[in-house]
Amino acid sequence: MKEYIPHTPEDIRAMLAEVGLQDVEALFSDIPREVRGRFRPLGLPPRDEDWVRRHLSGLAVASSGKGLIPFLGGGIYDHFIPAVVEYVLSLPELYTAYTPYQAEVSQGTLTWMFEYQTMVCELTGMEVANASMYDGATALAEAVLMAHRTPGGRRVLVPRSLNPRHREVLATYAWGAGLELVEVPYGEDGRLRLSQVPEGVCALVVQQPNFFGMIEDLSGLKDRLGEAFLIVSVNPISLGVLEPPGSFGADVVVGEGQVLGLPPSFGGPLLGIFATREEHLRRMPGRISGQTVDAEGKVGYVMAFQTREQHIRRERATSNICTNSALCALAATVYLSALGPEGLRRVALLSFERAHRLAEELSALPGFEPALPGPFFNEFPIRCPDPEGAVSRLREAGIAVLPPEELEKAGLTGAFQVAVTERRTPEELSLFVSVLREGR
Amino acid sequence: MIPQELKYTKDHEWVKQEDGRVRVGITHHAQQELGDIVFVELPAVGRKVEKGELVATVESVKAVGEVYAPAAGEVVEANSALESSPELVNKDPYGEGWIFVLKVADPAELGELLDAAGYESLVGGQG
Amino acid sequence: MPTGTIYDLGAPGRRGVSLPSLAGREEELLALIPEGARRREPPWLPEVSQPELVRHFLRLARLNYGVDSGFYPLGSCTMKYNPKLNEQLARLAGFTGLHPLLPEEEVQGALAVLWELSQYLRGIAGMPGITLQPAAGAHGELTGMLLFKRYFQERGELERRVKILLPDSAHGTNPASAAMVGFRVVSIPSNERGTVDVAALEAALGEDVAGIMLTVPNTLGIFEEEILKITELVHGAGGLCYFDGANLNAYLGRARPGDMGADVFHFNLHKTFSTPHGGGGPGAGPVAVSEPLVPYLPVPQVVKEGERFRLDYDRPKSIGRMHPYFGNFLVLVRALAYILTLGDEGLREVSAGAVLAANYLKEKLKNTYKLPYDRLCKHEFVLSGEGWGEVRTLDIAKRLIDYGFHPPTIYFPLIVKQALMIEPTETEPKQVLDAFCRALEEIAREAKESPQLLREAPHTAPVRRLDEARAAREPRLRLPRP
Repeated sequence: MKEYIPHTPEDIRAMLAEVGLQDVEALFSDIPREVRGRFRPLGLPPRDEDWVRRHLSGLAVASSGKGLIPFLGGGIYDHFIPAVVEYVLSLPELYTAYTPYQAEVSQGTLTWMFEYQTMVCELTGMEVANASMYDGATALAEAVLMAHRTPGGRRVLVPRSLNPRHREVLATYAWGAGLELVEVPYGEDGRLRLSQVPEGVCALVVQQPNFFGMIEDLSGLKDRLGEAFLIVSVNPISLGVLEPPGSFGADVVVGEGQVLGLPPSFGGPLLGIFATREEHLRRMPGRISGQTVDAEGKVGYVMAFQTREQHIRRERATSNICTNSALCALAATVYLSALGPEGLRRVALLSFERAHRLAEELSALPGFEPALPGPFFNEFPIRCPDPEGAVSRLREAGIAVLPPEELEKAGLTGAFQVAVTERRTPEELSLFVSVLREGR
Repeated sequence: MIPQELKYTKDHEWVKQEDGRVRVGITHHAQQELGDIVFVELPAVGRKVEKGELVATVESVKAVGEVYAPAAGEVVEANSALESSPELVNKDPYGEGWIFVLKVADPAELGELLDAAGYESLVGGQG
Repeated sequence: MPTGTIYDLGAPGRRGVSLPSLAGREEELLALIPEGARRREPPWLPEVSQPELVRHFLRLARLNYGVDSGFYPLGSCTMKYNPKLNEQLARLAGFTGLHPLLPEEEVQGALAVLWELSQYLRGIAGMPGITLQPAAGAHGELTGMLLFKRYFQERGELERRVKILLPDSAHGTNPASAAMVGFRVVSIPSNERGTVDVAALEAALGEDVAGIMLTVPNTLGIFEEEILKITELVHGAGGLCYFDGANLNAYLGRARPGDMGADVFHFNLHKTFSTPHGGGGPGAGPVAVSEPLVPYLPVPQVVKEGERFRLDYDRPKSIGRMHPYFGNFLVLVRALAYILTLGDEGLREVSAGAVLAANYLKEKLKNTYKLPYDRLCKHEFVLSGEGWGEVRTLDIAKRLIDYGFHPPTIYFPLIVKQALMIEPTETEPKQVLDAFCRALEEIAREAKESPQLLREAPHTAPVRRLDEARAAREPRLRLPRP
């Protein structure tokens, strides 16, 4: 008998008697004998708790990457996570609850979702937000599907400077839905260069800052698109100092919310941010918490606009999404509450400042120069004569950066990329520079 | 409860003939099954539809009712009062809660509609 | 008790965490951002001290009900106990601190987790291929539909194979997933025994059918006894069989979808494999596939060469990526810990316990409530709340809250009127199951004697019944700025 299953032999006898069966095997008599006969076990003995703890702890230490200083970004960043975030995420009534279908016993979940939606709207400058998608990449793909449903058109303008992994996920979804991705190049400064908007376009995607860390100029883009959607994929930390896409007429803002209180976690779970304008509310995918009152007039929250969702509208739903990234959205809610507006701006500016300091010092090294001269946030590509060599020297010194092959996916050659957050200390910056200086 | 002068579909719509046009809504039974109506998605005036095509949706909190064209034709009116007061469908399904008016291409297509007695037997007097 | 949101707390200038200083360089730094891109007005965010923050979220937790609070018999959701060891392991810095773009040689431990779990899940499914990328069950379904599409594209049959058959008892995610890939959904009726009407299935099959999506056992908790016939018929017509694994708890460790004719099977690790639901996520929905679909699986695949693990991107027929990295890794860690703890014997005990508990409840409750399909069930069963006059299923569900239980799933599946879908799982002691029965019997008595008590329930929850129509007619989806 395992520790998670409480049935004693006496319990089992009593329950079987109620059901009118002789033994447990009889409970499975409706599974065809042939199917049961083909069954093969895994060959796994049961293990005690300490054995499992040791085994997985062993795998946890078997990755040397944990010890590297992460100057590594490309969509996932090493920001500081306040201790209160883990505290709240460990509260059992929050993490062991299901989707809040029964509102009266889910006011905790529904209230923080409402708070989260408010914060996402504030960050992005949008009017409505959902309670999360799986991650930034699938949030982007869903935004494109929503654009396809709204103004119509089968073509999607996708910049070459979009995170290549997000582009790959988008391409999978787009192929499924029969959409065509049309590439938009970037200019010499690394920023979007939109020459013309072809016929049949349902959306333009822009990443802010883009994959290379460059700050895009969003002004005037929506005017050129007309009915077609302007979809902006953001790094939410940057919105502490960058004007929100809502100010530039964005129809949908999506983003990877990992930076808001979640560790890198080998890439999952993540947090898909999704916000739009009120006029598009009924076409938005995902869950929403809405404020209402109870039978006594007391304020409370329910899941609103469920008729958009798959469990009611089935094949006509706005998406198939059901389980989302709720607990990660809770992390973001706690993170933003702990930081407040001033803290968020400080994290953004500290990351910005340290990135610029490092870029300046690296550019002073002979042979090193910024690969793209545009304005950047906290990540930048560096060009040098032997980027692979530079990356391996850094690794030997205990530093991880984004290697050239990742940049080549977005069409940039001869460079590696550096991301800097507020966690990178002056000593770590000095080490970085000295490794490359001495390595020459 | 079931108005004698109207025709009905098996999908719980009522159809009122008005000179080559038909006015369409959902029956008392349909609105009762849906519960509190919170939103009606209306068709664009001028839209051409085929018989049986989905023309409008009527939403409650937990369900979506679909309204189909009883015949091929063109939508000539939509009840814009429902945009701000969807509850009219609950309060007065056969009157102020009408949904759209269709200019019918071939009136013969309306021949398959049920009369009040036929609809009554379908819903067991709950119309 | 205080009410309200975190925005009701705090005061300007308060903060919940200390950060490094900018040493007065703020304005100088802001000036470096291009003017048009510089934020003009800060976002409106809470300004609270750490104790205020902690008390607020603890208060919210107390307004909630989780598996750790009590019995949560939410049908089709498999709300079993979430082992605490797994939580501890998922918080190890060697897992949480790993950046997904680190070189392979630096993440061998994490790749070992992916590889080990892949082996076990393939074994449990009895199928040769797997991807761990899908982030949830519905994401797995979408992956499956894309695999169907690629398969028929490769065979030159995509143009004509446009239909997906779905039993009328299917979860809503199934038709929604099929529609996202452009398939047309055709509903197959259930017969009087609650299973697929095989004659209707045969009539629907043809050259225009891409395949069928089945939930096994189905959402009535009934095993498709003719499952082999069904999959044989679909395969005979050139179609593929998708199995929704939401209900795997019913036969874990005893039968395998691969042995029933499944071509695609998705796991819900947040159901069967005990990872917590987190108030709606994150989950994980790994997808196992039959031999013909292996070439089309998402990239990358984890492969083992000697003692080393490698990511294989060289898969030219792949549908592409479903996830930017490797899936919900920390959820996968928990599921691996669960499988290792149980072993083969434990996995069998899970399904035995789940099915026994469900049948026990069914037999005890069918004397009081209507049981539309009175037969052996698997891990769940569906009662009807019909026959209590003015009292509806919703009222029964809300009254259960007053008795300290989370309500079952209600109004699903759609083929049962006033459905109450009950899934006890294997982790509830007999005493709890008995107390739940007593509560439902008591509620039945109340329905006759004092229906108003039910119509107005819950009476003891943090809020009374909420006005959902108002939430739709007068939407308030965020706090207005003060």
